[in-house]
Amino acid sequence: MGIYTIRLPDVGEGIAEAELVEWHVKVGDVVNEDDVVAAVMTDKAAVEVPSSVSGTVTWLGGEVGDMIAIGEKLIQLEVAGEGNDQVMESATPTSASTEVSSSDGADHKVALQASVQVQAEEVPSRTKDIPDEARVTDAKKGASKRPPASAKATANKPLAAPSVRARAKEEGIDLRSVLGTGPAGRISHHDLTNYIDEGGASPVSVGAHVKNTSVKEVKVIGMRRKIAEKMSLSKSRIPHITIVEEIDMTELEELRAALNKKHAGSRPKLTILPFLMRAIVEAVRDQPELNARFDDEAGVVHQYGAVNIGIATQTDNGLNVTVVQHAEAANLWKNAERVSDLADAARAGTIRLEDLTGGTITITSLGAMGAIATTPIINHPEVAIVGVNKMQIRPMWDGQQFQPCKMMNISCSFDHRVVDGWDAAVFVQKLKTLLESPAMLFVES
Amino acid sequence: MSDIKTKLLIIGAGPGGYVCAIRAGQLGIDTVIVDTQAPGGTCLNVGCIPSKALIHASDEFYKMLHANQGPLGISLQSPKIDLAQTVSWKNGIVTRLNQGVAGLMKKAGVKRIQGQAKFVDGKTINVVSTDEDHTIRAENIVIATGSAPIEIPSLPFGGDIMSSTEALALESVPTSLAVVGGGYIGLEIGTAFAKLGAKVTIVEATQKILPQYDDALTKPVLEHIKSLGIDVQVGTKAQNFKDGQLHTDKGVIQAEKVLVTVGRRPRTESVGIDELSLSMNGPFIEINDACQTSMRGIYAIGDVTGEPMLAHRAMAQGELVAERVAGHKVVWDKRCIPAVCFTDPEIVSCGLLPDELQDAKVAEFPFAANGRAMTTEREDGFVRVVARASDDAVLGIQAVGVGVAEMSAAFSLAIEMGATLQDIGATIHAHPTQSEGFQEAALRALGKALHI
Repeated sequence: MGIYTIRLPDVGEGIAEAELVEWHVKVGDVVNEDDVVAAVMTDKAAVEVPSSVSGTVTWLGGEVGDMIAIGEKLIQLEVAGEGNDQVMESATPTSASTEVSSSDGADHKVALQASVQVQAEEVPSRTKDIPDEARVTDAKKGASKRPPASAKATANKPLAAPSVRARAKEEGIDLRSVLGTGPAGRISHHDLTNYIDEGGASPVSVGAHVKNTSVKEVKVIGMRRKIAEKMSLSKSRIPHITIVEEIDMTELEELRAALNKKHAGSRPKLTILPFLMRAIVEAVRDQPELNARFDDEAGVVHQYGAVNIGIATQTDNGLNVTVVQHAEAANLWKNAERVSDLADAARAGTIRLEDLTGGTITITSLGAMGAIATTPIINHPEVAIVGVNKMQIRPMWDGQQFQPCKMMNISCSFDHRVVDGWDAAVFVQKLKTLLESPAMLFVES
Repeated sequence: MSDIKTKLLIIGAGPGGYVCAIRAGQLGIDTVIVDTQAPGGTCLNVGCIPSKALIHASDEFYKMLHANQGPLGISLQSPKIDLAQTVSWKNGIVTRLNQGVAGLMKKAGVKRIQGQAKFVDGKTINVVSTDEDHTIRAENIVIATGSAPIEIPSLPFGGDIMSSTEALALESVPTSLAVVGGGYIGLEIGTAFAKLGAKVTIVEATQKILPQYDDALTKPVLEHIKSLGIDVQVGTKAQNFKDGQLHTDKGVIQAEKVLVTVGRRPRTESVGIDELSLSMNGPFIEINDACQTSMRGIYAIGDVTGEPMLAHRAMAQGELVAERVAGHKVVWDKRCIPAVCFTDPEIVSCGLLPDELQDAKVAEFPFAANGRAMTTEREDGFVRVVARASDDAVLGIQAVGVGVAEMSAAFSLAIEMGATLQDIGATIHAHPTQSEGFQEAALRALGKALHI
């Protein structure tokens, strides 16, 4: 048996390190070649790291939230044959086995005896009714001591008698938020009663209006940390100017309805997004300075011929910006299809890295929840972002009377370092004109 | 074939399953329990209880055998043991307990079916029984199928190669016994047979026996079993057994019988658990803190869910699941699971070991300074406390010594109640008892030891 070390591979984007966001295995697990063992976060997406060998996990190279350098030891497995490395000396904080072993209880301790299992592995013949994985896993659990992680968890639990803990559980109270007045902060029934009386919790049987002083700590890791970093970067580096304009979408909505009706079942259903993408393509034809990325360290604005439109997409893990490459070269339906495919992939966690990079301008939309106006944050290092607000029927004065119109606001932000207010206003007005007179979208320029 | 509908179906009537059934019955839940064997599972039938019976018998015999050499002034003439009668006595205890458990379940209104269960789907079980087959549809199912001994391919069970089950049923003492595996089962049974007169050799592949414990705890055990004449060969790998010889990588061991105790594997294959595609944790069924598996309405408890494979853990889980099914808000919230090793001397461990707590305050009190230990001729061992240095909260307690298994309750209680060193030090411990060592260890950690 040997030890095989898997190091963090180059996950692209030229990054030197990645954040460990998930372990798919723990010490003692048996993994097969190509099984995913961990996920790390790059600047844009979680990347799964597969195992290049089959074996039993003996060591993990960090805890979730740790930064791991490319090429650093990520995981070790015990494998048949020689392996490629030596055993790490330090124990992992996420070891598999749990409690102190042995006891009379079951009379049958894997743990205490499993060391001999190792020898069994080396015997050539096997009886088929013994699962190999059971033997290997048991052996490893037996060979390892109780994990520090488990011990740490035990050590950090509040001191309280079982009856106090049971009562807290029944009343939905997190004992970590209760002040224990006993020795070593031990929480008594009296402490718990005081906590409830002071409105510190909402017992099931009590009315709704009580104070809740609980504090839940949620570590910002993974995708959320990346989003936080990106937003901070954008907001701290880019002086934003935001313009809100209202657009009469009545005609476009009629056109959209007609197209969807005509092509129902044969083509993907059109939302407003592909029309807006088309409008942006047209608008930046006249204002290429808005379809750009600003390298502020080099002092250069890169204006692009390709209109790669980022679409901010909400996923379970947070905001993703998928990128429809070359929107200028596709028709409405093609762009609609690509937006839909990318959103599905982002939500399913199967999005490719190349579909998250290379944007030149971004659309952000909250759909039906889109409010009246928003303050979109530019997707650094781009220089413009178009925010879509909620559409609703509002009365509009036509000079003689109020008419019900399908109105939609757009909120657009610009990098004021390289985009003047005038240019921003021209761009917004261009979008308004194109969307209010949708025929203009299809006029060959 | 009969069709049964029930609120709760439990597969396996071991310590986890039968406790779950009894508690569920007490809570008014319509409950069915299925097992191929008599109630009690491995623990009661071929595990804890039988081994403790054998250990007791061997202890008594050994005392009598060596009474003449002792300082107590007792003399005896050639004591003998009839192991067949011992086993019969042990079987009587097992039968009484089988009947007791069956009676408790019946009293709780639990329907018991003897037969082999197999999953049809996540809500339906087929049971093949000697009298009548059943299809049982249940709202909730508990998998409590336990574990089985692991076999070494080159040392297959059968004939003179035994698992613990066969060893505990021997009706004569073998002249020589090789025990493959230096864990606690091998040590317990090996020590018992050594006291009964067998020449015992323990073969352990790693460099130490009882690898789960630190050297301080295992040292008294190693010293004592060596004094009993047991040959302990660590760093030795057993290979095969032929013509009364166990071949190892270090040589040959003469052995009339070979006991293989290299661990346990979860018992999942016979009930069709694989077909449910439950999330697994290695070979074990993965559960959350409510003993729920990845499939709604299916729970798993006991050895089949992994370590520690202890009967009392399974019992606590069984009770928890019954409460859950009854709609109570309970989750696994234990601070410690006591672990007892019935070697000679015994080892007890509750909570954290010294190296598992940063900034730990650790103190030992040796039984060599304990009056009660002296009066029983066994002064080996100690009690140890592990406390958080910042506030003296006691988070771990261990002991090694004769009879310390019975102290495990005090240790567990102290940790579950959140005791501090001051609490234990201020509690009157009866004199003369070995438990005074517990109080003294706490006082010693506080720098206030009285008797050392």
